Amino acid sequence: MGQGKYTTVSIPKSLYNRIKKLVEETGFKSVSDYVTYVLREVVAMHESERYEEPFTEKDLEEIKKRLKALGYI
Amino acid sequence: MVSKPHGGRLIIRIASENRRSAVLGAADEYPVISIGLREAYDVENIGYGVYSPLDGFMVYEDLENVLMNMRLSNDLPWTMPIVVSVDEDSMDFGVGDEVLLSYMDRPLAVMQVEDIYRLDRRLYAERVFGTTDPSHPGVYNVFREMGEYLVGGRIELLDTVDNPYARFYLRPMETRVLFRERGWKTIVGFQTRNAPHLGHEYVQKTALSFVDGIFINPVVGRKKRGDFKDEVILEAYSELVKHYYPKDSAVLSIVRYEMRYAGPREAIHHAIMRKNFGCTHFIVGRDHAGVGDFYGPYDAQEIFREFPDLGVTPVFFKEFFYCRRCGGIVHERICPHDESNRVRFSGTYVREAILEGRDIPDYIVRPEVARVLMSHPDPFVS
Ligand SMILES: [Zn+2]
Repeated sequence: MGQGKYTTVSIPKSLYNRIKKLVEETGFKSVSDYVTYVLREVVAMHESERYEEPFTEKDLEEIKKRLKALGYI
Repeated sequence: MVSKPHGGRLIIRIASENRRSAVLGAADEYPVISIGLREAYDVENIGYGVYSPLDGFMVYEDLENVLMNMRLSNDLPWTMPIVVSVDEDSMDFGVGDEVLLSYMDRPLAVMQVEDIYRLDRRLYAERVFGTTDPSHPGVYNVFREMGEYLVGGRIELLDTVDNPYARFYLRPMETRVLFRERGWKTIVGFQTRNAPHLGHEYVQKTALSFVDGIFINPVVGRKKRGDFKDEVILEAYSELVKHYYPKDSAVLSIVRYEMRYAGPREAIHHAIMRKNFGCTHFIVGRDHAGVGDFYGPYDAQEIFREFPDLGVTPVFFKEFFYCRRCGGIVHERICPHDESNRVRFSGTYVREAILEGRDIPDYIVRPEVARVLMSHPDPFVS
């Protein structure tokens, strides 16, 4: 099995240098590691803004009935 | 708002009534993969969305990413392989076929075979368990019990293994509604496979002080010899919640799952499962999901740093203990006294006290809980 697959994105050289300086003082191994980490955090935050429960009103009534029968509500 | 499911959508893979009777009516015509209890529970967890976003068993691309990068091929955090294996001589199907996954001759799911690939046992064990030592139960399973090929593909749930604790069993769609009904916005999940002593209770209540509710979620599945039996754990927790938790501050329900004992990796998996039940937070204790001394006591806490996008906040605890000088249950960050004042909570101590019929002090186990443990003629797995 191979290692992870990577691609390249471009960021301004000045930003790269700025991150490089920051990274030297943290536990990150490289600018790429840092950028990956930060992007994942931000992307997950945006993704989680969209969500709908997968069940209908009728399902919901059934669920509440069961929860009541079991004494949870 | 309760936590979003992992991957943004709660997966429900339950066969419709029509589909179910069509498949079961023609069951003889399907190739069959015989699965064990571990996979039987996995099937159920996929079907009900406990493993969202998984909608089936892993194909090669996902397993490879999980092993090498602790992520699915779509980049979502995922640390535990969820796979089904077969031996070559029992493989009478190919990619594109539909097969039945049967446990003890009972079809539990139908799977669309999307991928068949060889299991690299050594790599699997090294990456998941961090060792190839066969005295590790997970490694033993990989080398001695799993077949040589893995079969990946989406499943539809047809049936589940009998559940003697059905009244304690809630699916993610149910817990999510329940949390909402209770008006909880922040929920902390607690994983356990033990009867509660005061150390557990204080961990839970410390976490509970900062959130709306606690989801106590014992794992029911095959256990190790000497573990408390499931019915004892559930009865003990019921008593604890009834007598020591404010009304409507705790939900006790089980998850059916077989422990892998993969320490840090499994801690992440446990957190993801609870996220899918609706938890916003998850308690990670000392040696979480560990076995023997394969993992450092706080390795399972360290690993969370690698997942800024997990979508569930880990809550870390060190060990609680009773301090005579403090006169209460404390932990090392709030107690300045030396070891001679401290009484450590120990499962072994509790076990021995029960076996010898000795009283357990009420600063170690609540009397109502002790009564449950003592009243069972045979509370341990043999
Ligand atoms: Zn003290």
